[in-house]
Amino acid sequence: MRKTSPWLWLSALLVCLFLYIPLAVVVVYSFNDSRLNAEWVGFTWHWYQVLLHDEEMLQAAANSIFIAICASLIATTLGTMAGIAIQRYKLRLLPVLTITPVAMPEILLGVSLLLFFIQVLHLTLGLLSVLIAHITFCIGFVAIVVRARLAGMDESIFEAARDLGATPWQTFRLITLPLIMPAVVAGALMSFTLSIDDFVITFFTAGVGVSTLPLQIYSMIKIAVTPEVNAVSTLLMLLTLGMIMLATRFDKSVLRGQG
Amino acid sequence: MPLLELRNVSRHYGRLSAVDNVSLSIEAGEFFTLLGPSGCGKTTILRMIAGFDAPDTGQILLDGQDLADTPPERRPLHTVFQSYALFPHLSVAENIEFPLKMAQVAASERARRVRETLEAVSLSDKADAMPQQLSGGQQQRVALARALVNQPRLLLLDEPLAALDHKLREQMQMELIGLQRDLGITFVFVTHHQPEALALSHRIAVMNQGHVEQLDEPSKIYAAPRNRFVAHFIGDINLLDCTLLARENDQLRLAIPGLGEILAPAHTTAQPGQTGAFAIRPEQMLIGDPAQHRDLPNRRDGVVRELLYSGDVTTYKVELANGLHIQALLANVKPGLVQFFEVGDAVSVAWPADAGLFLDA
Ligand SMILES: Nc1ncnc2c1ncn2[C@@H]1O[C@H](COP(=O)(O)OP(=O)(O)OP(=O)(O)O)[C@@H](O)[C@H]1O
Ligand SMILES: [Mg+2]
Repeated sequence: MRKTSPWLWLSALLVCLFLYIPLAVVVVYSFNDSRLNAEWVGFTWHWYQVLLHDEEMLQAAANSIFIAICASLIATTLGTMAGIAIQRYKLRLLPVLTITPVAMPEILLGVSLLLFFIQVLHLTLGLLSVLIAHITFCIGFVAIVVRARLAGMDESIFEAARDLGATPWQTFRLITLPLIMPAVVAGALMSFTLSIDDFVITFFTAGVGVSTLPLQIYSMIKIAVTPEVNAVSTLLMLLTLGMIMLATRFDKSVLRGQG
Repeated sequence: MPLLELRNVSRHYGRLSAVDNVSLSIEAGEFFTLLGPSGCGKTTILRMIAGFDAPDTGQILLDGQDLADTPPERRPLHTVFQSYALFPHLSVAENIEFPLKMAQVAASERARRVRETLEAVSLSDKADAMPQQLSGGQQQRVALARALVNQPRLLLLDEPLAALDHKLREQMQMELIGLQRDLGITFVFVTHHQPEALALSHRIAVMNQGHVEQLDEPSKIYAAPRNRFVAHFIGDINLLDCTLLARENDQLRLAIPGLGEILAPAHTTAQPGQTGAFAIRPEQMLIGDPAQHRDLPNRRDGVVRELLYSGDVTTYKVELANGLHIQALLANVKPGLVQFFEVGDAVSVAWPADAGLFLDA
């Protein structure tokens, strides 16, 4: 084993503190028995109960979950096809086209989708426009993960399947899909997390009628950061964390692929 | 009617002719080999036969039927890939069962055939193993079993033994010959390893840069190469530039610059005045003391410059009067004696008038 410099350890520790102290504060104060986020008074579940009776919040949560599920299902299907096509046909342009939305500043994507929906599609902003927007930015992530998985495989196994009597569809169902399944599941879980906590793009494409969890939280803290916000943030954090851990269990390349 | 026929098949990649106007016909039950250096188009031909690639021009016929519109899964042939291409998520038995499933064979029948095939390749105890748990030789056998299990008319093998070590390779060669003979399945075998081609095949097509240089039985390819490329590619051979002086009875009189005249068998239609090469195998060369072999018509003096001891035989590189080098081979049959000559020894090399041949191309 090589000896690691204590300085490296120290800086790693600092980075972790820097990242997680704010999150820890949110979690701790969600259990604080006080209206203010000022000092620790005592432990309570109260804010979680408030949350359960907040109609607007529940509606926003339902919207978020609905959009996240639909967006991840559709984006996973399209992204998987894109990933396979990129790998199979060694296309030059398609990878750039698919992956660009991943690297594009969110605000740009948000503004351009807004213009597109209003001026080109003449769409009333609402659940549908948010859903389409979320699908758009999730496809690239799925395609990257699926393609990374395929890239490590011997391409002749797909020819072997055809050679041994499988139609193209049977080859996909019996050989390709089982082999890329971990990447597909990981891509779906990632899409879900990306969708459920997206703010910027949702903000531009939601219009006035609908709200999602991040939008709802934002509208609440405009007034004051109440412990209720802490509570809902804690729940969202837990959900996201769980999804990411699941995703990495399914496919190690998620950690690398996302960069 | 031949089982498989290629008619004027060509395939180009950009300006490169990977396969250039190749015509072949392969009979049922034949062990046919495509032999040639790397990049000569062997894999491209196999891929066109299997249906993964299509000829730009020309036809491929199976049983007289043009295959152009038949997708790979409907061609009654299987391929053994160089990388084996086993399905990594299926066990050995499931891999072998795959083509039977695709052919919609009943489950009980499938189980029986898989069992029999596993036995035939002596892998019964590995039925439930995953491919990556097997050694290279075992994976090779699974690939072979999978391709043979539903008894295709034709088996295409793309350098199936290339990744195996020498001993295993020889053992698998034996098994391949046995399988092919017992099952009566036609093999189209691709290799760039010429001893393997000579040992296994009924007929060999020697390829070079996309076209067939010679198509013959192994013994003909070895003993009567049609041109310099084939002569050079198959085994070791001495090639000496020469001019044909005259045809005498059933012999040719050749002039080699600096070495004078020699006699060679007359089996070509070449006419006097033509230039070419005199080709003779090292094992046909007799090497001896300067006084030996005085009775042979073709005899030259020289000096041993190098020797290569390989156990059963020693190859001597002899420099002749005109500075040319000739290789001669002697079997080390005398007990206790590892070599007959030393570097620097004066020797004579000689060969009978019916050995070697004149190549005009
Ligand atoms: N998809 C392709 N695109 C462009 N060129 C190709 C393609 N496939 C093959 N070639 C070229 O065609 C020629 C023949 O290739 P092929 O794979 O048939 O050779 P081979 O005889 O099988 O060689 P090896 O012994 O190395 O496998 C080579 O020059 C190769 O570079
Ligand atoms: Mg090849």
